[in-house]
Amino acid sequence: MFTGFFYYLRSCGLKVSLQEWLMLCEALDKGLAGASFLRFYQLCRAVLVKSEADYDKFDTAFVQYFQEIAKGSDEMPADLLKWLDSPGQTPNNYDEEIAQLNSLLTPEEIEQMLRERMQEQDSEHNGGSYWIGTGGMSTFGNAGNSPTGIRVGGKSMHHRALRVAGERKYRDFTKDRALDIRQFQLALRHLRQYSNRTDEEKTELNAEKTADATADNAGTLDLVYERPRRNTVKVVMMMDSGGSMEYYSKLCSTLFQAVSKSNRFKDLKIYYFHNCIYTHLYTTPSCSYAHSVPVDTVLRTLNRDYKLILVGDAEMAPYELLSDRYPSAGGVRGLDHLIHVRDHFSHCVWLNPSKGDDYWYIPESYTAIQKEFDMYYLTVENLTKAMKKLIAAR
Amino acid sequence: MSAPAKQEFKGSNEYVASQELLSAVNIAMTLEKPLLLKGEPGTGKTMLAQSVANSLGAKLYIWNIKSTTKAQDGLYVYDVVQRLYDSQFGGEGVDNIEKYVHLGQVGEAFESEDRCILLIDEIDKADLEFPNDLLWELDQMEFTIPQTGRTVKAKQRPVIIITSNAEKELPDAFLRRCIFHYIDFPEEDLMRRIIAVHYPKLEQRLLDQAIAAFYWVRSLPSIQKKPSTSELIDWIRALTYSGIPYDEIQRQIPFAGVLLKKNEDLDALEKAKERRARKF
Repeated sequence: MFTGFFYYLRSCGLKVSLQEWLMLCEALDKGLAGASFLRFYQLCRAVLVKSEADYDKFDTAFVQYFQEIAKGSDEMPADLLKWLDSPGQTPNNYDEEIAQLNSLLTPEEIEQMLRERMQEQDSEHNGGSYWIGTGGMSTFGNAGNSPTGIRVGGKSMHHRALRVAGERKYRDFTKDRALDIRQFQLALRHLRQYSNRTDEEKTELNAEKTADATADNAGTLDLVYERPRRNTVKVVMMMDSGGSMEYYSKLCSTLFQAVSKSNRFKDLKIYYFHNCIYTHLYTTPSCSYAHSVPVDTVLRTLNRDYKLILVGDAEMAPYELLSDRYPSAGGVRGLDHLIHVRDHFSHCVWLNPSKGDDYWYIPESYTAIQKEFDMYYLTVENLTKAMKKLIAAR
Repeated sequence: MSAPAKQEFKGSNEYVASQELLSAVNIAMTLEKPLLLKGEPGTGKTMLAQSVANSLGAKLYIWNIKSTTKAQDGLYVYDVVQRLYDSQFGGEGVDNIEKYVHLGQVGEAFESEDRCILLIDEIDKADLEFPNDLLWELDQMEFTIPQTGRTVKAKQRPVIIITSNAEKELPDAFLRRCIFHYIDFPEEDLMRRIIAVHYPKLEQRLLDQAIAAFYWVRSLPSIQKKPSTSELIDWIRALTYSGIPYDEIQRQIPFAGVLLKKNEDLDALEKAKERRARKF
């Protein structure tokens, strides 16, 4: 049939599988598209596209492939479209009464009327209120004044047409597929240590021990429950917030979502800092004084077995990192503060959304921090590596 | 297999759906594939299943997914503890394992004599692998209970509607088997029709003002959790009871707490109102 469309979609970067294509063929076989081009479009989209992020890509590909037919969406005869695209006159005929009547129509009614009208109409009409035409008060045609209706050809002038196939409505959803939150979550799965030495309730029945206990009990039933095995990994994440990190806000928020929603960890604590950790950490990304906690208090409440994940671009003025006279540093170099935090925990990685070589120079702070920390440039692959590092025995 | 009488869903009195959504429902029903619905909270994903069930006169089974839900819970539960207790105290029919196997919502839907609707609500709440664990069951519409050796097979393939709030991405293998539809946030025309269903006698001026204010609030970039349809409906109720002059609605945006649930968002709205006041 039109197998070319299948390969065209795939060449446009849509992950259409053979299975979905066969499903579409089956649907066409069952007559789901009818003889309508719009319904064919809706059918293709519902069956072949599985994320609203791909709607835009699909719309573009669809329109390109079926360009000629798309121009005459809903089997519009070609000559009808020709004069619709070039209106002969622009009358000033807005009619309040007809406008009100038309606005009461449902889209289904309008489509029904359009179908009827297309069978009746045989000539050109401009400025009327019944036929398909330009500048009129009828619910079809283009450049019209009716509050609702279906645009047929032409350009959108009053932005009131109910819908037009091929209008790129989903542009906002286009996103970089590389930042797939699911991939991040799967990478985070490496961070696990199962154990049943938790403080949960014993809910799982152990059949073997129950049999033994019952036998010991001379046949009187004695049920033995055990604690379910759970991930015992505890994580503390400290994120750089604001300033130069704004460039990476999307990447960081994907990481943040993946970490906070995975709810696989026994405990998860998140703190924020600005550029470098000094005497205080913050509980909100705005890093305001009202939400600050002294670093020492944080370290006191978290014991050594928490896994520390630092997220930051490690870019700041050398003065902020390497001078003990920086105002908020409290007499100790920023780098030493960082090392102090690092040494409190047994395992620590630094995830960096920046490669460090995006500029014509590598910031001094980047090199200094890289020397002290296991730094990973934040990609899905490296995240997996970092997680394995966190779980590895020292 | 004789084809069941073709039924079509055309929307209902209490549920206003866009034409695209209706055609997605009908595609899913004809192809007998699960329909996956995604969209902002409050766009009526869950309501749709209820409405489809009502309009087809079919029974609706709802399986609400929680973070701890396992795929097997929806199929059946084998109550082994009860059976052990019963055997201890000589209860009747202990030999009959069947008595201790309770079907879940999916199992019930399969067993149903007539075609029914199965809603798997908020599938993204569950574990990452959860959808994969259901692939076979949803494809073949059958499963076997190992304890009894019984195979539960769908007598009439149920219409399966699955909703997702996009909290987690779903696995590709699962997506390939679904019909997908993204419910757009309703545009003004559709929104007016939705509100007309809830408040048929609403005054036109109040509606105009409320809708203008509502879409303005939604358009503010600083708002984190955008108000949804259900919040607008509650808000309009509050407005009708308050008797605030209609012209004030858009300027003051009273009862903003009904629309916005976060403190930060309310603050952001106040700031936006100040900026707007200065402009005029």
